[in-house]
Amino acid sequence: MTAELTAARAGLVSCETCDLLARPAEAAEPGYCPRCGVELASRRHHSIQYTWALVIAAAICYIPANVLPVLTTTALGSADSDTIMGGVILLYTTGSWPLALIVLVASVMVPLGKLVALAYLLITVQRGSITSNRERTRLYRMVEFIGRWSMLDVFVDAFTVALVQLQPLMWVAPGPGVLFFAAVVVLTMIAAESFDPRLIWDSSHAMKEHHA
Amino acid sequence: METVACSECDLLQHLPALPPGGKARCPRCGNTLATRSIDPLDRPLALTLAAAVVFIVAHTTELLGLSAVGRQASTTIAGGALGMWRTGEPLTAVVVAFCAGIAPGAYILLMLTVLLAVRRPPAPQWVGEMLRWGHAMSPWSMNEVMILGILVALIKIAELATVEPGIALYAMGALVVLFAAMMITIDPREIWKRVEWADGEAPR
Repeated sequence: MTAELTAARAGLVSCETCDLLARPAEAAEPGYCPRCGVELASRRHHSIQYTWALVIAAAICYIPANVLPVLTTTALGSADSDTIMGGVILLYTTGSWPLALIVLVASVMVPLGKLVALAYLLITVQRGSITSNRERTRLYRMVEFIGRWSMLDVFVDAFTVALVQLQPLMWVAPGPGVLFFAAVVVLTMIAAESFDPRLIWDSSHAMKEHHA
Repeated sequence: METVACSECDLLQHLPALPPGGKARCPRCGNTLATRSIDPLDRPLALTLAAAVVFIVAHTTELLGLSAVGRQASTTIAGGALGMWRTGEPLTAVVVAFCAGIAPGAYILLMLTVLLAVRRPPAPQWVGEMLRWGHAMSPWSMNEVMILGILVALIKIAELATVEPGIALYAMGALVVLFAAMMITIDPREIWKRVEWADGEAPR
């Protein structure tokens, strides 16, 4: 069992900022890191609650983000509104299907996948799951790594709006969907940061202790 | 040998002495515990200085030019955020400005200060604080996401008008490469070794 000893069970705390392994006088109140001065915590405070709150908030914003238009193009007197999906279809019909695929993955599949993945991680941690810990950690790492790419559509919209301002002939304005979409990306990124992957491994130790 | 706990699964383990360019992984979850840079101070400093120059070029020159029906228009990177602000999306404009300019700019500035300060150890405590802020900025520095976004916008607009890429677009491409190189070569363990301890003791 010595091979499976964690810092928490040994009464040690690993500093999240500078990686120093500290031995606090009291494990319940570890105080501050002697090296970098940041508050020590064996596990991130209220990790599950914060992550759930952010995931739920992001899931709520996901609906208007996809239903409301993100761009309104006015050309020769007629206005055309596009949602995220509308933008993907527009790219596809104009012949650039590789770009349509990139935008579809980054704007539709990645945000939804992130919400599902985070909810799955939260539920399995809360149920005390002890299987596929390594895979779940890898899933968490993927969510963390891939999250920023959903900002793609916000940048596409921002630069389209910035450039196409040829009033009164042709101009583009952002729609209300873009704010909700940016909110989904920001909220899920903060959610991924507030989830503590060490919780995935904690149930296995509790289980082994119970059997011993 | 140094004892560490894995930041992703909390497993206690001994960190072996790594050869330059070496990498240590957690045997249980596969997380990268430490990487040892070949040249932990000079190389990241050179890259960060280069990134600072390229960053200034990218943010002061024209990004895209457009001509349609005899009219001309152009934008810079800041124009991307400004356009959102003017057309009634101030909050989205703040997000764009932060991810496109403020976070990457702050990251370069913070790292430049940290890398210069640790050249004469022990560096004061605030250097550690700046490293922490730099680390917080890195997920929000979205240079590579932005450049892909600009390219998609460029192709979309090309359906309606003639678009010309400006100097800033090429500078952004260079910045993406420099940022990746900076993140690989900056070794936080090496930096923390040279920073004064918060409890008042010199580096041990």
